[in-house]
Amino acid sequence: MKEAEGFHLKTYLMIACIAIFSPLGNVLLGKGMKDVGSAREWSPSALPHVLARICSSGYIWLGVASLLTFFVAYMLVLTWADYSYVQPSSSLAYAVTGILSYLLLGEVITPLRWLGIAVICVGVLVVGHTAPRTTERV
Amino acid sequence: MLREFLLLTLLVVSGTGGELCVSHAMKQIGEVHDFRPLALVKFVLQALRVAWMWVGVAMMALAFFSLLAMLSFENVSFVVPVTALSYAAGTVGAAVFLRERINTQRWVGVAIVCLGVTIVWLSHR
Repeated sequence: MKEAEGFHLKTYLMIACIAIFSPLGNVLLGKGMKDVGSAREWSPSALPHVLARICSSGYIWLGVASLLTFFVAYMLVLTWADYSYVQPSSSLAYAVTGILSYLLLGEVITPLRWLGIAVICVGVLVVGHTAPRTTERV
Repeated sequence: MLREFLLLTLLVVSGTGGELCVSHAMKQIGEVHDFRPLALVKFVLQALRVAWMWVGVAMMALAFFSLLAMLSFENVSFVVPVTALSYAAGTVGAAVFLRERINTQRWVGVAIVCLGVTIVWLSHR
């Protein structure tokens, strides 16, 4: 009984990591890139300078670390849980991205954008409820 | 909006293309049964000898830098949801290049994702 509880707990913990670290990574990348400056002003000659600024941004490295954490959690949970059980968490990530953008970056999100994000979540959920393998085993 | 559209196209096409190349490379190597550290190192070295893997990694790096460029002048709440378009590109690519059979439910899901992306795109001020 305790073993089953532990199994569920570690699965929920990993799914929470997936739903939080992927959006958090993107939000941190967004924050870092806003500090680097708009790509609209990048000229080919300025690219090495831009690349140096990207590589020296703490937010960018934190974002990459966060995305790596998401990736490891995703790989780990797939070693014991079904893909169709885990995949819906990536639909949740779109909603969490909206919430974190609003809370951490102060972005103004219109009701129309929330509607679009909700529709995307439903679409990803539907995609996730299909069989993960459609080809024959070799 | 032309710049956003071009960057999104580059991001989705290179990101999905990269994943398809990596998937193709993985299928050439075969299913992994041994998860011991030494076996995994051997597996990674084996993967690095497949040309498709390098093409895939290069395309995924291009997608990452396109994402960074887009994030430099657009809101995260706009950029991340519109990248969901990769579900559509990935499904079409898997059907065409990897010859996977896509069932009706997955096509319906992809159509809903496209509708959502269109709504988010229209919310752009």
